[in-house]
Amino acid sequence: MREVIEGRVWCVDDELDTDQLIAGKYLTIIDPAELRKHVLENVDPRFSKEAKAGDILVAGENMGCGSSREHAPAALKAIPLGAVVANSFARIFFRNSINLGMPAIEAAGVRAIFRPGDTCRILMREGRVVNVTTGKEVSFPPLPAHLLDLLEQGGLVEKVRKELKRTEARP
Amino acid sequence: MGAKTSSAPASRGEHAPEPSGAQTLAQKILSRASGLSHVVPGQIVDGQVDLAMCHEQGAQAVLPFHQMEAKKVWDVDRVVVAIDHWVPASTEGAAQLHQILRHFAQEQGLKHFYDVGNHGICHQILAEDGWVVPGDLAVGTDSHTNMLGAMGAFAVGIGPTEYAAVLALGKIWLKVPTTIQIDVKGTLGKGVYAKDLVLRTIKEVRCDGARYKAVEFAGPTISRLTMSERFTVCNMTTEMGAKAGMVPPDERTFEFLRSIAKHPMHPLYPDKDATYERKVQLDVDGMEPQVACPASPDNVRPISELVREHVKVGQVFLGSCTNARMDDLREAARIFKGEKVAPHVRFIVSPASTSIYKQCLKEGLIELFTDGGAVFTNSSCSACFGGNMGILAPDEACASTSNRNFPGRMGAKEARIYLMSPAAVALTAIRGEISDPREVL
Ligand code: SF4
Repeated sequence: MREVIEGRVWCVDDELDTDQLIAGKYLTIIDPAELRKHVLENVDPRFSKEAKAGDILVAGENMGCGSSREHAPAALKAIPLGAVVANSFARIFFRNSINLGMPAIEAAGVRAIFRPGDTCRILMREGRVVNVTTGKEVSFPPLPAHLLDLLEQGGLVEKVRKELKRTEARP
Repeated sequence: MGAKTSSAPASRGEHAPEPSGAQTLAQKILSRASGLSHVVPGQIVDGQVDLAMCHEQGAQAVLPFHQMEAKKVWDVDRVVVAIDHWVPASTEGAAQLHQILRHFAQEQGLKHFYDVGNHGICHQILAEDGWVVPGDLAVGTDSHTNMLGAMGAFAVGIGPTEYAAVLALGKIWLKVPTTIQIDVKGTLGKGVYAKDLVLRTIKEVRCDGARYKAVEFAGPTISRLTMSERFTVCNMTTEMGAKAGMVPPDERTFEFLRSIAKHPMHPLYPDKDATYERKVQLDVDGMEPQVACPASPDNVRPISELVREHVKVGQVFLGSCTNARMDDLREAARIFKGEKVAPHVRFIVSPASTSIYKQCLKEGLIELFTDGGAVFTNSSCSACFGGNMGILAPDEACASTSNRNFPGRMGAKEARIYLMSPAAVALTAIRGEISDPREVL
C-alpha cells in the first residue's frame, strides 16, 4: 500500500447503491475485466470507457449500499482505481473493497470539496484528503492498524495464504 | 394515521468497558464467538463462525480459496450451499456458477448442498432446516443474511473473498457494533402486518441509520410475532444498513427449532442494563398499512395516500425471502380466492422454498392463484432482483413484497417499485392499482 495516493477524480452522489454500480443482469459474470465494462453504466456511461488506472472515485453518503455483491468493488478494482473515497460507506462495500486490497477511505465532507477532473491526494497515515486543484482539504481518522496491514499485504487472499502457511509450518 | 415514535438520546460507552460489564445481545454473541468474557463496541475481534452459507455468489469464493492455497474447508458440517437466484439456471453464466459450486462441493465433500429440486431461497433454507440456532455467529454471502437474527443469532452478510477466508479458517474479523434497540408496543390491526411494522421502522431509522450497527428488537409486540414474522422484520434490518438484526430468543424460538436444530442451541440474552446507542420506541396501535415508494426503502408512506392517488401497476410480485412463507401466501390467498388478476396486470407468485411450494400444492393454493390468472413459479428469488425473470420495462410500476426498490432493482432503472405486505399486493393484483387490504378483510 502506498502512503500517498494521488489521482484524477470521478464523482458520484449520495446513496449510490450496488444495483447502480453493477446491475443484477451482470451478476453471473465472474471475470473482473468483463465486469468493469458495465460498472456505473446507468449512472455515468463515460466512466467505464474513460476511467484509467490510478483514478479516484469520490462518493457521497452511504456509498455502496444495497447488496453484498463483491462485483461492485471488484469492477472498480479492475480499472484499477487508486482508491474510493466517500463521506460514508455501507458496511459490506467497505469490507469488500479492503478485502480486495482497494483502499476505501471514509472522510466526512469529502464529496463537497471535489469536482470531476480535480486531482486528489490521500495521505493514508496522516489522515488527510487534499484537493490538489483547489487546495481544499478534509481530514479523516486513519484506518485502524489491522486494516492498514490488510491493505499492505495486498488484501485478504494474501493475508490468509500467509496465515495458512504459518499454521502448516508449526510442528 | 401513522405510528407514534420517539427517540431517546444516545448514551455512549464506546471505548471503555462499562463498569457493570452489561452487554447487548450483539456483544454477548461476539464475546462467545471470540472466546472473551466481555467485548465493547469498536473492539475488533476474531470470531469463530458457527455457520457459513453461500448462494451463487459463493462461486466467486472458489478462486480466492485456491489462491489462499487452502486445502480443506474448516468444517463441512457448518457449511451450507443453497443456490437460489437463477434456479434452474436461466442463463449460461448462471449455469457456470452452479457448475463451479457443484465441482467445489464434490472436491471438498460439502454434503449440505441444496441443488435444483431441493432448492429454496438461501435464508429460508437456513431457517426451515434449523441451520442457525440461538447464540450463533452465522455468515452468508448475501446481504439479507440478517434474517437469521430472528433466531437470536448474530447473522451477517459478507462478500465472497471474505467467505473464502471463512471456509479456510473458520473465523472472521468483526468490529463489535453499537446497538440500536427498537422497542415496539401495541397491536397490529386487521390488514396490518409485520411487514408494515418493519417498513414503519425503516422510515424512522432511515436507510443508513443503522450503518455498522446492530439492531435489537424488543417489546410486547415483538414477543407476540411468529417466527415467520420475525424473519420478515429481521430481513429488512438490511434496509436500515444494519450489520445484524436480532430478536432475543424465547419459547417461540426454541419451539420452532426443537425438532429441526442442526446444532445444540446456546441461547444468549441482552443484559437489562446494557448500553444502547439509541432507543427507538414505536407504538403500532392504530397504524395503517405502509408502502415503501420509489426509489428507496425508507421512502415510506401510509397506504391511504397512495390509494387516493390511484397508483396503477403493471406487475405484482408475491415472493422473496422477506415475505413468501406459508403465512404470507395464505394471507394473500384469503384475499385473492375466487378473484381474477386485473386486465393488463401480471401477478407473479414465487414461494420461498420447495417445501413451501409442496405445502401450497397440498392446500390448493397453486390452483387458487393460477385459476385467478396469476403465474405460480417454482421457488427462487424470482423477480426480486431483476436478473432472472419478471423483469420490468422502463415505464412500468410494480407492487412487490420484496425488500428493495432502488432504481434498476427489478429491471429498467426507470421502473417504479412499491414495497408492501402480501395482503396489500394481493388486492393490488385484483384491482390493478395500489389498494388497502383493510377494505376487504
Ligand atoms: S429473494 Fe431477493 S433479497 Fe432475498 S436473497 Fe433473493 S435476491 Fe436477495
